[in-house]
Amino acid sequence: MSKKSTPKIELKNVKKAFGKNKVLQGVDLDVAKGESMVIIGGSGSGKSVTLKCILGLIQPDSGSILVDSQEITKMSSKQKEKINSKFGMLFQGGALFDSLTVWENISFGLRATSNINKDDAYSLAVDKLKAVGLKDHVAKLFPSELSGGMQKRVALARAIAAEPEIIFFDEPTTGLDPIMADVINDLIVKCVKDLGATAVSITHDMASVRKIADKVAMIYDGKIIWNGTIKKMENSGNQYVDQFIHGRATGPIEMVA
Amino acid sequence: MLAAVGNAFLAFLAAVGRLAEFAGKALSHCFRPPFYFRQLGRQMIDIGFYSLPVVGLTTAFSGMVMALQSYTGFSRFSAEGAVATVVVISITRELAPVLAGLMVAGRIGASMAAEIGTMRVTEQIDALTTLSTNPFKYLVVPRIISGLIMLPLLVLVGDVIGIFGGYVVGVYKLGFNPGSYLQSTFDYLEFMDVFSGLVKAAAFGFIISLMGCYHGYNSKRGAQGVGIATTNAVVSASILILIFNYIITELFFSV
Ligand SMILES: Nc1ncnc2c1ncn2[C@@H]1O[C@H](COP(=O)(O)OP(=O)(O)OP(=O)(O)O)[C@@H](O)[C@H]1O
Ligand SMILES: [Mg+2]
Repeated sequence: MSKKSTPKIELKNVKKAFGKNKVLQGVDLDVAKGESMVIIGGSGSGKSVTLKCILGLIQPDSGSILVDSQEITKMSSKQKEKINSKFGMLFQGGALFDSLTVWENISFGLRATSNINKDDAYSLAVDKLKAVGLKDHVAKLFPSELSGGMQKRVALARAIAAEPEIIFFDEPTTGLDPIMADVINDLIVKCVKDLGATAVSITHDMASVRKIADKVAMIYDGKIIWNGTIKKMENSGNQYVDQFIHGRATGPIEMVA
Repeated sequence: MLAAVGNAFLAFLAAVGRLAEFAGKALSHCFRPPFYFRQLGRQMIDIGFYSLPVVGLTTAFSGMVMALQSYTGFSRFSAEGAVATVVVISITRELAPVLAGLMVAGRIGASMAAEIGTMRVTEQIDALTTLSTNPFKYLVVPRIISGLIMLPLLVLVGDVIGIFGGYVVGVYKLGFNPGSYLQSTFDYLEFMDVFSGLVKAAAFGFIISLMGCYHGYNSKRGAQGVGIATTNAVVSASILILIFNYIITELFFSV
């Protein structure tokens, strides 16, 4: 692939350890503007940590992270707050505010950044609920009153509500039935195609990978060991990738953590 | 051995440093917009209104027992007349602020640490940041301000209830004349007695909120982490309340 323009997100040699647990050992990754990147890798390999480093929620030990060519690891908290409005994040566990209702959750980011009034915020939340396949009576419930899959979809609605430039989806389809998973996949594709957002997703669901990814990166042993377009993934010639995408128990990856 | 003591001392200094940094950050955010008035209101009701029963009960019984104790003690040297004065001074200066502080530390400090700790471990605090909301301003500042304002108000109410408790025992059990009991209650009461109690209350309110927020905010992962944060919030707030109670008393009344 030829270098066309500067990437939207650029990670260079990012390292992060928690005590003796060396999670990231030099991650290099470029994500182009308007591209849908999917990160795959075993459980506990540091996928969520990678996203949190880009969001500035975890400070990496070393390395550089550029978003729109701005170094975020050395930013003051003021500058970080500004750049945060570019991001939307679906957390792996949902991370819905349990003291707020569903519609307040969904409109939270918009109400923080604009003077949108209550009625508009409510109807916007109901629209987003529809987009993730939920009926409008859900809007007035609290997160604790929803099933796990419904919470996931509300969290997704919250992540995309402010139409951010960059959206991270941490396991968007985990815990959903196959049909709903496909609805969510379509929604993610739509975010990238219609809104021109740059998306980075984490998923273990290969059907989802094939549907939403423009490019795929595989993380193993704290590094990105392979990345390329979705077409190349099937014939990557990389034993690790092959084992992972076909879900084989035998191969170079040992499942002993 | 020496090295172990040294390390423990260094760890202690580091912990104090982290706490001071947290407190400084919290205070500096108190004066910078945006302000979350809805959160502030919710915390004020939680700390102020819902603590009223527990503070009322403790101060009422403290006033009552003070009247009884000082009466039986003072009757040994026929100084029963000082009962009302002893009750009012000990309630306003010591008992109302300290007991209210300790009770609220148990009630509010624990629930703050548990709530914020749960938000930490379920990544809700991270989510706030990604939704362009500073978690310090949204979570910590309303709690600190509420603690600072509501504890003195609670103690003021506690003062009245405690004095009334002493009055009830004095008049109905010990047979004092209602008029003269009230007379001697207010004759020797000085502004400083009440004021020092309210200053203490504000300091305790700050300590309670700070400890609840600090331990919750830095909660370790998992349910166990939240449990530890809750315990630490209550224990550290209680100890600090007793230490600062002495320091503030010293500042007001030494010489
Ligand atoms: N805040 C933290 N403190 C300490 N260790 C952490 C923290 N966050 C993550 N880790 C550790 O980092 C490693 C990678 O975690 P991460 O959540 O990134 O995994 P993951 O690749 O997202 O896995 P999964 O697919 O199961 O979600 C794990 O060993 C985890 O224990
Ligand atoms: Mg993860």
